Amino acid sequence: MAVAQNQQTVSIGSGPSWISRAVGARSKVQTHKALWGYAFSLPWIIGLIVFWGGPILASLYFGFTEYGITSAPKWIGLANYSKAFNADNLFWSSLERTFTFAAIYVPVAIVGALLLAVMLNQKLMGTNVYRTIFFVPHLIPAVALAVVWTYLLQPTLGPVNAFLRNLGVENPPAWFTARDSALYSVTMINIWAAVGGNTMLIFLAGLQGVPQELYDAASIDGGGVWAKFRHVTLPLLTPTIFFNVVLAVIGALKVFTTAWVATQGGPSYATWFFALHIYNQAFLYFHMGYGSALAWVLAAILIVFTSFQVVYSRRWVHYEGA
Amino acid sequence: MAPITAQQPMSIRFSPGRSVLYLAILSLCVLFGFPVFWTLMSSFKTPAEMAAFPPVVIPDVFQWDNYHRVLVISRLPVAQWVLNSTIVVTLTTLGTLITASVVAYSFARFDYRGRDALFMITLATLMLPPEVTLIPQFVLFYKLGWINTLKPLWVPSWFGGGAFAIFLMRQFFLSLPRDLDEAALIDGAGYFRIFWSILLPLCKPVMATLGIITLIGSWSDFIGPLIYLNTPTKFTVSVGLQFFNNSPEVGGESLRHLLMAACILSMIPTIALFFLGQRYFVQGIVMSGIKG
Repeated sequence: MAVAQNQQTVSIGSGPSWISRAVGARSKVQTHKALWGYAFSLPWIIGLIVFWGGPILASLYFGFTEYGITSAPKWIGLANYSKAFNADNLFWSSLERTFTFAAIYVPVAIVGALLLAVMLNQKLMGTNVYRTIFFVPHLIPAVALAVVWTYLLQPTLGPVNAFLRNLGVENPPAWFTARDSALYSVTMINIWAAVGGNTMLIFLAGLQGVPQELYDAASIDGGGVWAKFRHVTLPLLTPTIFFNVVLAVIGALKVFTTAWVATQGGPSYATWFFALHIYNQAFLYFHMGYGSALAWVLAAILIVFTSFQVVYSRRWVHYEGA
Repeated sequence: MAPITAQQPMSIRFSPGRSVLYLAILSLCVLFGFPVFWTLMSSFKTPAEMAAFPPVVIPDVFQWDNYHRVLVISRLPVAQWVLNSTIVVTLTTLGTLITASVVAYSFARFDYRGRDALFMITLATLMLPPEVTLIPQFVLFYKLGWINTLKPLWVPSWFGGGAFAIFLMRQFFLSLPRDLDEAALIDGAGYFRIFWSILLPLCKPVMATLGIITLIGSWSDFIGPLIYLNTPTKFTVSVGLQFFNNSPEVGGESLRHLLMAACILSMIPTIALFFLGQRYFVQGIVMSGIKG
């Protein structure tokens, strides 16, 4: 590997060779280095083409076809999209359920995580222990999470309802097994698992980055606990809040595993989220064309939401030094 | 509230406010800790204790045998699931660590036409929902004859390990001084030598972070194995657990207590890893948050 030693061979008189120009280099040494650069990034270039670029184009195309995987895709124009919008009852209802889930999950998980982080930032004894306990639910694989909560929330024999009856609640909820409570139960266990997880850790790091001088200055101005939180902590934390909200929205719109395992989308479609609908169409019925169209509807919603948040963020996110 | 009280030292003192705070934190610890504790206790119960009302929290006699039974004796191939998961997780983590660090080295240390565009495209893949690429990837692996094998679950990780991994490694490479590379270059080392013997040993902390995050993600993954695997002996722990959950009675015998043991088995690797590498893990999450 002693190739790098030929540094003296830069030909000044003649122009760079076509290969140097192609890789954007001005000398032989630079050309040599650039070629190594390509070589090192080659695995990812191949990965991008095979697992990203190719699939994106293919799924755009499948969205306009009828494709049952065993036969060739058949072009049907916009039929999949018009079927989704006009003829598929579960399309609109699963979208609505997914939005209901997100409308509860995102604010509760964000505010909850922020409160937990503020609590852990109070220099209490044993903070590391609490942080770890809060974090454990986030480490449970989603399937185990759903299985465990199915037993905890079992309406007749489960410990949660036994506890509620002891408190004097005569008719505790039937949780996953009733049409009117299943959606909220799935939302609840997702919040339980997420609130002490990464979101909280990111808030905690953000809180620890707030300079103590600002709190001292606020104290001198007579600011109480709430005033400090409202006028020092919150403004400085807006970039972190923004980052966490964007991630939470993306996560919420893709909710799948907990509902799939705990309720299989039921009872009578009460937890049939949009991602379940895609999975069902594509991988149980092998409607690859229709499934692709549904996936692009989800992608479009996510793109619109995220760009809206980025644009709107300029009005409330405060970047220090900006 | 209080008027100008010059510099109150931050000390650990007991006041009514702080007692309330401790009380709140302790009840939160119960809220977050109890389900795991209950599952752990249930994994030691007899079938009768599992079905008892009012519910038994702590079993009379701990049935340690439950773990032996769930792994070896039960008619479900639980040990095989653990083995399959271990294969997938090991190969995925290795592939991600090796290829992401090579690609990140290229992004951080080399100048070539298209590099910045390539990096922007890399970041853009983070925004796209995986559902969009899931169906064509399934078709691809179907055409390759890889359905019902473990390959679709780990092979992609050997092609760069994904945008997050590359991004994390690149940020770390950028923080290492370039003088290191230049000194080695003058000493006659080639680019691969520089990467392998000079820079990579310095990357141990970030590789620990990336390794832990990849491992936990791969172990917990559900949609991938759900789509690609369809016979019980090929399952990983997550899909196996779902299969188990749907058939809690095998041969007329209730296996719910064993299901709880299987749940605990599925949590052990992620929780243990978090405890062992907590520092690295927290650092990685925080880095991704702050840089984002």
